[in-house]
Amino acid sequence: MLNYLWGAMLLLGIVYGAFNGRLPEITAAALDSAKEAVTLCITMTGVMALWVGLMEIARKSGVIGRATKKIQPFISFMFPGLPREHKAREYITTNIIANVFGLGWAATPAGLKAMEALKELEEERKTHPVGGRRAAPKGTASNEMCTFLILNISSLQLIPVNIIAYRSQYGSVNPAAVIAPSIAATLLSAAAAVIFCKVMEGRQSVWKP
Amino acid sequence: METVIQILLYISDMLVPFLILYVVAHGLLVRRPVYDDFVKGARDGFKTVFQIMPTLVGLMVAVGILRASGFLDFLSETLGNVTELVHFPSELVPLTIVRMFSASAATGLALDIFKQYGTDSYLGLATSILMGCTETIFYTMSVYFMTAKVKKTRYTLAGALLATFVGVAASIVLAGMMK
Repeated sequence: MLNYLWGAMLLLGIVYGAFNGRLPEITAAALDSAKEAVTLCITMTGVMALWVGLMEIARKSGVIGRATKKIQPFISFMFPGLPREHKAREYITTNIIANVFGLGWAATPAGLKAMEALKELEEERKTHPVGGRRAAPKGTASNEMCTFLILNISSLQLIPVNIIAYRSQYGSVNPAAVIAPSIAATLLSAAAAVIFCKVMEGRQSVWKP
Repeated sequence: METVIQILLYISDMLVPFLILYVVAHGLLVRRPVYDDFVKGARDGFKTVFQIMPTLVGLMVAVGILRASGFLDFLSETLGNVTELVHFPSELVPLTIVRMFSASAATGLALDIFKQYGTDSYLGLATSILMGCTETIFYTMSVYFMTAKVKKTRYTLAGALLATFVGVAASIVLAGMMK
């Protein structure tokens, strides 16, 4: 995906610029942007190191673990057909917590594991109903998969660390000013996702035993 | 509305110091070597940034070229006539579309908006909030569903688009309230 997107951006820019006689500006922009990307990364490294370091303390001292326990009622509400002891539950929880605390790189592996575990859940459902549900047809997303992805994409996040780092790099008077509005926006989009999933799940009764 | 924004700004100012205080105090209470843990995590943070550095170089160059060629302005002006009708700022159109496909390409466009209009302008604030409450729908869906070998994704895309739409709308309204 990114190969085409990136290629298209470059080709489009150069061809369009050539027709407008802006090739000198394009040369300057290419060189300046490359330099700027590195400067930006160096600024960002400080903020990221601070944040990940802090989160490491949170993880080791059990703050993250406790947050994981606290959201279990929410997980049960969103995934009523998922048994309490199923391993998909653990991965889903890890993924959501990692997203909330801005640990994106920890979120993706757990998310992929969650999808694998949900697939295994479907295999189990082929032999006997689990959580009051039969397996979805082959190659079709189960309700749990749909809910998990929609929740993931609604992008619950406590602190948008990257954005704050970028804002401070580009001279914001108060880089952190967007934290609470971002939380408000993310809560709204997550609420929309939750309502949507609940409505759609209610309509899907085909695979009930 | 004024008071809502005041409260939101107040929370924004409080949250980072509060989180640091809470995490460190909790770590000390359960007798963790907090400084050692911090340094270990910080080292991981370093690695992460250095891993994304090449992608950022590639994408900022691409966006820089698009900007210099005049294409981004052309695109905003063209789409602006339509989006103005629903009070959607045309400058955010390319960002909103690209955001659904690639996080790093969207970052390139977001930084361009910061440079062009300033981080604390209406557009800068809307961009900041928008980046935090939206996700790369198509990328995430393709990777996650590939893992589960799923082809029929049922209502996932509709739900994802709905969540994104609400997030974008909220960003624009909230940014408007802050200005």
